[in-house]
Amino acid sequence: MDLDTLVVRFQKKDILAFEKLYDMYWVNICGVVHTIVKDKGLAEEITQDVFAKVWNNSDSYNASKGRFFTWILNIARNAAIDKVRSKSFKDQKKNLSADYFVGILNRADNTDESKAEIDTSALKKLVLNLKEKCLEIIEMLYFKGYTQTEASKELDIPLGTVKTRNRSCISQLRENVTLEWK
Amino acid sequence: MEVDKYIASGILELYVAGSLTEEQNVEVFQYAREYPEIRDEILAIESSILELTKSVSPKLSKRKGFDDVKVRIGERKDPQVVQFPEEKSNWSTYTGWAAAILLGIGVAWFYNENSQLKSNMNVVEQEKQILEQQIFEARGSLANTNQLLNSLRDKDVILTPLGGQEVSPTSYAKAYWNKKENKVYIDAQGLPEPPDGMVYQVWSLKLEPLTPTSMGLLDDFAQDENKIFTLDNPNETEAFGITLEPAGGSEGPNLEQLYTLGAVASS
Repeated sequence: MDLDTLVVRFQKKDILAFEKLYDMYWVNICGVVHTIVKDKGLAEEITQDVFAKVWNNSDSYNASKGRFFTWILNIARNAAIDKVRSKSFKDQKKNLSADYFVGILNRADNTDESKAEIDTSALKKLVLNLKEKCLEIIEMLYFKGYTQTEASKELDIPLGTVKTRNRSCISQLRENVTLEWK
Repeated sequence: MEVDKYIASGILELYVAGSLTEEQNVEVFQYAREYPEIRDEILAIESSILELTKSVSPKLSKRKGFDDVKVRIGERKDPQVVQFPEEKSNWSTYTGWAAAILLGIGVAWFYNENSQLKSNMNVVEQEKQILEQQIFEARGSLANTNQLLNSLRDKDVILTPLGGQEVSPTSYAKAYWNKKENKVYIDAQGLPEPPDGMVYQVWSLKLEPLTPTSMGLLDDFAQDENKIFTLDNPNETEAFGITLEPAGGSEGPNLEQLYTLGAVASS
């Protein structure tokens, strides 16, 4: 069954279709959430809640407004960022760095492999050759959910440059994915 | 529309990121429908982002899984949270269900009982109708019998016993002749049932010279309950005879099959 059919059935409250979508995207969503909250137990908890939210708000998804994955991604980012900004979270983890995605690789180099919450070997292969400014812009757009305008202000570059820079970064990523598959 | 330029602009990467405005999203969506190259490009971008996000997913020894999501959306009861602490509310729920089920059973029982009673009533009603019919028929039969009895008791009636003859010595019959009304009542109780294809025929006889005149047949002999047959008799009869004849009767009597015979008492 193709994705469009699954989504239509999911919106008609077909729990089996929903389970398939859950299986398709759980790992990705949990990855994004974990990148933000940096705690795997919490990441899983938030991800489960995200999917509950996805089910309860199935009506609000509209294919003309974006990809289904993008919709879930947005819900997940908001949930994770809300958590990070909450008082209870701040009380627990005072020294949390503001970087989400970029920091993983830096930390991975300094952390004992057995204690790491993620296996960074796949990530390392994927971001091979990607420059720091690529990691930066990918983090903003895909992990932090910045709009084009927000990214443009944050990086102090023109709107058009956000688009073109991001495109070339993603192209590099795609090349690495293709290499990975070979 | 220059598809290549559109793709190269980098808008599709932002589309997958969810960084575009609503209007831009609708635009990309429509182009993706229109141009397969655009749709394929979007899928390729999305798949690279899926790879990237997958690579940062944490290692979990055991996931909570979809069942846990089902609990959260109320599609499945959480065995730990719901059943134990909420025993009271569960108990009342079960009581409610039990009461509902009992009520259901009760209603079904009453319905069944009611149908049974209705069915019984129908049977009784039918039996009543049959009885009424029987009473009606009995009354009719009684009326007939009374009428018959009155006919036989009439003072103008002459009784003639008919004795058994050579063919059937034990047979007998009686003729009640109302001369005034020219009617004869034949009581044929003493005759055996005629064989198939045969019928009794009653004759009015003048003795000198012997002149038989047919008075009629004892039709449907076997079916007749009281075996009393009413025949017209305008003749100056001196004797009555009953013979066995082929079905439909004969012109003249077959005297070899004369069952009973009796002379009318001269008054």
